[in-house]
Amino acid sequence: MKRFFSLTAIFFLVVQFAQAQSVEMAETLRSSGKIYVVVAVMALLFLGLFFYLFSIDRRLKKIEKDK
Amino acid sequence: MMYKNWWKVLSVILVLFSVIGGLLIAVPALPILHESIRNLYYHVPMWFAMIIIYLVSVIYSIKYLGSGKENDDLIAVESVNTGIIFGFLGLGTGMIWANFTWGAPWPNDPKLNGSAIATLMYLAYIILRGSIDEEQKRAKISAIYNIFAFPIMVVLIFVLPRLTDSLHPGNGGNPGFGAYDLDSNMRYVFYPAVLGWILVATWIMTLRYRIRVLENKNNQIQ
Repeated sequence: MKRFFSLTAIFFLVVQFAQAQSVEMAETLRSSGKIYVVVAVMALLFLGLFFYLFSIDRRLKKIEKDK
Repeated sequence: MMYKNWWKVLSVILVLFSVIGGLLIAVPALPILHESIRNLYYHVPMWFAMIIIYLVSVIYSIKYLGSGKENDDLIAVESVNTGIIFGFLGLGTGMIWANFTWGAPWPNDPKLNGSAIATLMYLAYIILRGSIDEEQKRAKISAIYNIFAFPIMVVLIFVLPRLTDSLHPGNGGNPGFGAYDLDSNMRYVFYPAVLGWILVATWIMTLRYRIRVLENKNNQIQ
């Protein structure tokens, strides 16, 4: 853990020195791996939304057949 | 075609790919934009979907004037109803993005003002329809209004901002997005996203249209 903190401290120092040339992206978020949590959440969200659209579609088909 | 499933499944695959790929695939590192450049995959397709669905609307309005079939008019109105949703989604997502990159949610950019006016114009279409009771008159007058509204919308969003200063890429002398996307990596996510969202918008429109047809049938029995 201690090593992790010192590493991140060094990392931030390096980033600060490099700031003049490089652009800061979400590297820490990525390296901690948690971006995949967001990806999973959004994938579930959209899958749920599309499932909902399909279910509306199915119900409509049923009503259209009855008519 | 409207009742087929394959293009709906395709729209799901494309949008899901753009959501997952849009978050994970590498993007160019640019000042100010940072990771928010990924909004290109989510904000811009809203506008593409809106334009295409308005185009569908105007095509069916023209068709209605020729055929006089009520269903053509119903597709036109439900397309506008769907397009307005995507217009508001585009405005809202754009305001969030602008707030963090341009410093204000509404920096009086001509493209913002143009799209707001265009959205109001389509809201006026809905109000116009609501104000006429007689069905054929309503369909005819609103079809003609729609035919005028579409080119004005295109001019407001795509022509005028290009002639003046605008913060948007590709407008007012700014380089287009292609200038940032040097390795063309973003294209592989952007184009599927655009196509996917156009299909989703079409899907929602057909659902609304089918509900409208059923409602119409119910009303005629009484």
